[in-house]
Amino acid sequence: MHTLQEYEGRTPAWCPGCGNFGIRKAFQQTMVELDLAPHQFTIVSGIGQAGKFPHYVRCNTFNGLHGRSLPVATGLKLANHAMPVFVFCGDGDCYGEGGNHLLNAMRRNVNLTLFVHDNQIYGLTKGQASPTSLEGTVSNTQPFGALSQPFNPMVLAVAMDCSFVARGYVGDIDHLKELMKEAINHQGFSLLDIFQPCVTFNKVNTYDWYKKRCYPVESTYDPSDRVEAFRRAMEFGERIPLGVLYRNQRPVFEEKVPVLREKPLVRQEPLFPRVDGMLEEFY
Amino acid sequence: MDYTIKIGGEAGQGVDTIGAILSKIFTRAGYHVFSHPDYESRVRGGHNFLQIRLADRPVTASRDIVDILVALDRQSIIAHEKELSADGMVVYDSAALGEKVEKPAFLDVPFTDMAIKQGGSKIMANTVATGAVLGMLGMDLGIAREVIRGELKKKDEHVIKANLDLVVAGHESATRNCSRCAFALPPGGQRKLLIAGNEAIGLGAVLSGCKFYSAYPMTPSTGIFSFVAGKALEYGIVVEQAEDEIAAINMALGASFGGVRSMTASSGGGFALMVEGLSLAGMTETPIVIGLAQRPGPATGLPTRTEQGELLFALYAGHGEFPRVIFAPGTPEQAIHLTNKAFDLAEKYQIPALVLSDQYLADSSWSYETLNLEELRNTDYRLRGETFRNLQSYKRHALTASGISPLGIPGDGPHLVVTDSDEHDEEGHIVEDAEMRRAMVQKRLLKKMPLIKTEIEPPTVYGSDKPEVVLVGWGSTYGVLKEVVERLSARNAAMLHFSEIYPFPGTQKLDYLALLRGAKRTICVEQNAMGKFASLMRSETGYTFDANILKYDGRPFTVESLSGEIDAYLAGV
Repeated sequence: MHTLQEYEGRTPAWCPGCGNFGIRKAFQQTMVELDLAPHQFTIVSGIGQAGKFPHYVRCNTFNGLHGRSLPVATGLKLANHAMPVFVFCGDGDCYGEGGNHLLNAMRRNVNLTLFVHDNQIYGLTKGQASPTSLEGTVSNTQPFGALSQPFNPMVLAVAMDCSFVARGYVGDIDHLKELMKEAINHQGFSLLDIFQPCVTFNKVNTYDWYKKRCYPVESTYDPSDRVEAFRRAMEFGERIPLGVLYRNQRPVFEEKVPVLREKPLVRQEPLFPRVDGMLEEFY
Repeated sequence: MDYTIKIGGEAGQGVDTIGAILSKIFTRAGYHVFSHPDYESRVRGGHNFLQIRLADRPVTASRDIVDILVALDRQSIIAHEKELSADGMVVYDSAALGEKVEKPAFLDVPFTDMAIKQGGSKIMANTVATGAVLGMLGMDLGIAREVIRGELKKKDEHVIKANLDLVVAGHESATRNCSRCAFALPPGGQRKLLIAGNEAIGLGAVLSGCKFYSAYPMTPSTGIFSFVAGKALEYGIVVEQAEDEIAAINMALGASFGGVRSMTASSGGGFALMVEGLSLAGMTETPIVIGLAQRPGPATGLPTRTEQGELLFALYAGHGEFPRVIFAPGTPEQAIHLTNKAFDLAEKYQIPALVLSDQYLADSSWSYETLNLEELRNTDYRLRGETFRNLQSYKRHALTASGISPLGIPGDGPHLVVTDSDEHDEEGHIVEDAEMRRAMVQKRLLKKMPLIKTEIEPPTVYGSDKPEVVLVGWGSTYGVLKEVVERLSARNAAMLHFSEIYPFPGTQKLDYLALLRGAKRTICVEQNAMGKFASLMRSETGYTFDANILKYDGRPFTVESLSGEIDAYLAGV
């Protein structure tokens, strides 16, 4: 059994009260409960306050470029599909800069778990509107307010037939932890969008704002019903559902790659092929 | 014997099929072959051609003079009749072209009619044409039968038989009707293999233990991708077509971080998209091999044509300062070995290694009796399994005397493998302090660069030891420069060819600067408008060539065109 201390990384440089602390706490508890040692999994992250996450949680880490964590994680998982690979990124990172990669990660359905720190604002660059910012959000780069509609990742994910679609909130750590476990245990590409208030730059979407709106889906809710999942995913206003909104059993990408049938790529030998006969096809 | 056979037609008419079968027959029969295609960026229509040079000695470039023109469309006649040699012949199908040409150099063979009547399918007109060319050359059909059987082995027996009958029919028709055909082939030597540049780079990757290849299709780099994909099952390689080139390079980096040798490749704009990822490889010290098959730019440029315009782009691509190697093979044989060396150095020094080619090298096929695959550099530099597990402690970016830190595999032991695109400390965690920044730049860049430089081999010298005229080139111009130097032997000429371009070779192993300074005339030959290599040479060594011959119309140099330009230059000085 592992202890929470084992997952204690460097001291976070996040603002006091930042929603990211809740995500870190829930994740560390999830690792303890799933009995995954720090060296047994890898976190791939991008840029932004969420990108720093793996520095604050002891684990194998590839902290890459803004928006590019999903391709890195895809390559890593295909190199070693026996190792759990988690992706942590922010709403700007994943829904803005890396949008095309998100679409294609959902299509491919590699067994990755994507955790999106969704605070509806850009924190690291000090308060500009993000893809999930509400229309009208005023900032130093949006003087007339954000003119575009907010991006709804849940609707997109259901439309893309994403294998696992869920939303959590740092205001309820236990619920979030259970969602994390479900997301990780799900075979296939899993998206867990996590509301985490930015206490410094987002004066609209505060803890109170989320508390008033968020509700867990009922125990009778059936996440395999895609039409109902659409309805719930579209609910974003006075009430916002939390929990597993959609789930399917699509075949996992790496199971369809013949080369990966026996064992992970990184375990396959020989490292270098025999050269005999390799030229014959050219004669 | 040195014949050029040119097959011209619209895209989709079978120019490549005829060319591939003929080339295979010639090499199997023991002749030397060099072939290059000239095609448009379209799937149907337009005008494409493929040129095969057939000789009884090694040939390494295309010529301007055509001995047999296989005209599958009228445009082939309009565009290429003027290229015919004195005894040159055009073979065509007057019914298909809707025009009978009453000139002695024209041989009318009813390709389509014979195909429909004897084979039952118009598509087999290509086989008739193949047979006709062999008949014109006076070649017997023994080897042709064997090659056609091999190429069609997945087809039904009646299709194979029909094709075999039609190659005979085409052969007979040409033999009977071409009284003017004066071609003669000496006996062939040992059978040859035929390999194109893209295949060679792909083969080099497979031989180097490449286990992961991700890319986005883009001409002319796609041939590497399809070659490696064709080997995936047999050699245990995961190939993935990424959503874009940004994803392609990031996937390859992820796989490399995971512990397997990885590669991506692209061209022009696709490589431009990879540039951010190239810098990521530099910062995270993640080994990666990147193929860059150049085509004329800027922007979309000429997608199916050739240029050497991206040497300095490849050299300076990526924000920030980090080490890299750049190889530019001149032949398929060099392409195999330099791709292998790229994999070796990428992993040994944990850097990006670029293999720079262009459409001309990518698509040209060269013949060889055999290729030496025994001297590959295949060493595993990663810490894996027990070796990694048994370490007392581990820091991914440990500061070392050589600048090379231990490259562990995440998950192989209790140690954490951490890396970051931000500046980081020895463990790989994000830092900002000035002292660590300085130490990391020294480790990552300044300590490694001199070591990498010692790995670089000098340029190749061919021709005279003490030349009066030196032709200098890099990359794909190797073959044409070599032949032009042979033609210039009366002028005491030599070729100086660079294929290991960066770090720029020193003069310790070969004092090429002394060679250049000892010559009366030095001419740098490049397929670009600005003389990119000449400018790199100047900045690295201070040496300026006497003249530059630059070609930027998207078409490769031919033996005649280049020697003509050089003669004109030498006559004028």
